Amino acid sequence: MRPIALIVRRELMAYLRSPLGWVVAAVALLLDGLLFNFFAMGEGHRKSADVLRQFFYFSSGTTMVASLFLAMRLIAEERQTGTIALLYSSPVRDYQIVLGKFLSAFLFLAGITLATIYMPLLILVHGKINLGQIFAGYLGLLLLGSASLSLGLFGSSLTRSQVVAIIIGAALLLFLLLCWLIGSNTERPLSEIFSWLSLHNKHFQPFMSGIINSQDVVYYLSVTYFFLFASTRALEARRWSG
Amino acid sequence: MIEVEDLTKYYSGRSAISGLTFRIEKGEIVGFLGLNGAGKTTTLRILACLTLPSSGRVRIDGLDAETDAHEIRRRLGFLPDAPPLYEEMSVSSYLRFVAELKGLSRREAAMRVEEVIDTCRLNEAREQLIGTLSHGFRQRTGIAQAVVHRPSLLILDEPTGGLDPVQIVEMRELIKRLGGEHTILLSSHILSEISQTCDRLLIIHEGRIIADGTEAAICQRMSQDQDAGILELEVEGPEGISAAETGERARSVVGKVQGVLTSRVVGQRGRRVQLEVEFNTDRRPAVARAIVESGLGLVRLDRRAMELEAVFQRLTQGSRAGFLPSTAAQRNQAEVKA
Repeated sequence: MRPIALIVRRELMAYLRSPLGWVVAAVALLLDGLLFNFFAMGEGHRKSADVLRQFFYFSSGTTMVASLFLAMRLIAEERQTGTIALLYSSPVRDYQIVLGKFLSAFLFLAGITLATIYMPLLILVHGKINLGQIFAGYLGLLLLGSASLSLGLFGSSLTRSQVVAIIIGAALLLFLLLCWLIGSNTERPLSEIFSWLSLHNKHFQPFMSGIINSQDVVYYLSVTYFFLFASTRALEARRWSG
Repeated sequence: MIEVEDLTKYYSGRSAISGLTFRIEKGEIVGFLGLNGAGKTTTLRILACLTLPSSGRVRIDGLDAETDAHEIRRRLGFLPDAPPLYEEMSVSSYLRFVAELKGLSRREAAMRVEEVIDTCRLNEAREQLIGTLSHGFRQRTGIAQAVVHRPSLLILDEPTGGLDPVQIVEMRELIKRLGGEHTILLSSHILSEISQTCDRLLIIHEGRIIADGTEAAICQRMSQDQDAGILELEVEGPEGISAAETGERARSVVGKVQGVLTSRVVGQRGRRVQLEVEFNTDRRPAVARAIVESGLGLVRLDRRAMELEAVFQRLTQGSRAGFLPSTAAQRNQAEVKA
């Protein structure tokens, strides 16, 4: 466990000491704030619960994009600069590298996400909302974020170019997002499979309204697990080829 | 310490190294010498458990590099050709990170970091960010990183790459100092460095080992093998004759001696002229007689010692099998077969 903790600490430092971490955090928070101001707080009287729902809806968008940007450097950068040789020649297992990298990005993302808490609290000032809905919404955001991070990390484990890494991550994310579209245009049983795979439409929307389904939680955890596993395999494969 | 047997590595169908076999004993400093692309880096990366070989076996401390890689990594310090440095960390926090990553406890790590900062002379840069270090300091941080956990085996890929002459001398001394406690394997394409630091040389060319032994042994073997060589000749002309004329005269005289191939003037000082004479059989007495008989003064006549430089050029030009007498590698192979 100790190597994981060491890697997490180092990676978190890397986010805090590099422009990338701050730029991603600043842009994500700015977008969240603007969207909240224009859409959620938009004209007309609305129910507080709907405003909150909408807040989680667009926050999920910024969370996914921020995840990809945070994840793209994780392994690709080490390959590019050659620092991966240090990890490879140290008594550290591949899964420990992957987990350490993932957890550091997740903690940083969680920090950004939880920094938006003032917006739901603003709604609370003038309206009435259920704290459970806030909790469920944030849980959903974190789960969605962890799944997107693992996609990005997988992209990053395949190449030494961060640009290629984020393109792979974005392509995978887009595919999972669009699964609902494929699902709604195919026959059973394909339609059921695809709509179950759909990253946002099927599994995130319940969280927005404050509903926590165990199958949605399981879905996000499985996606995360699957791509972390694939990343570990990609690292192992590199030892043969490189 | 290290036993390598029939090691082969293919990259997309092309072999980077083929059939490498050698042994390195505990405490030796061994230099791995070869041109760029000869397979040095590939071999070192395999020994450092970074890459797996296509075939063959590597045993380090009796452990198999494929199945016990994790255990080997504890005992191993590696400096790749580009030092694996995190730009945004300070030297001391980076070294502490590496020390703990290699398995030292927090306290041990803090202690060892102080020690290696001392041995590698990093004191003035200890709190500096690595991204702002000069090349010499980066390279030394790279070495510090490799030795911080007291590995029994130290693998350095081109440790003097890109350093200036003063830094090269410092690096050489640092490596010699480290030699006491570690078995060291280092690579270079610069002979002079390797021959001064290492106990033994392995010369690798096109993925094969073409010579193995101490510098003296390799050179001796070569000069016995070779009748051909170069004479260094210095003559003095009589007064009243220009140096250029003296040179011409010496060349024409020497050229008539049997066994001399070419000659050229390489320098002059006052009336003395230096020449280099290439020959294919050693006829020094005949050359001396010819010079004296022609009325020129003979100042110096010397057969240039077969330097490693020349040996290396010879070896890598033809890679003739004849240059590979009883190397340790072949002895090992013979033992294995017996």
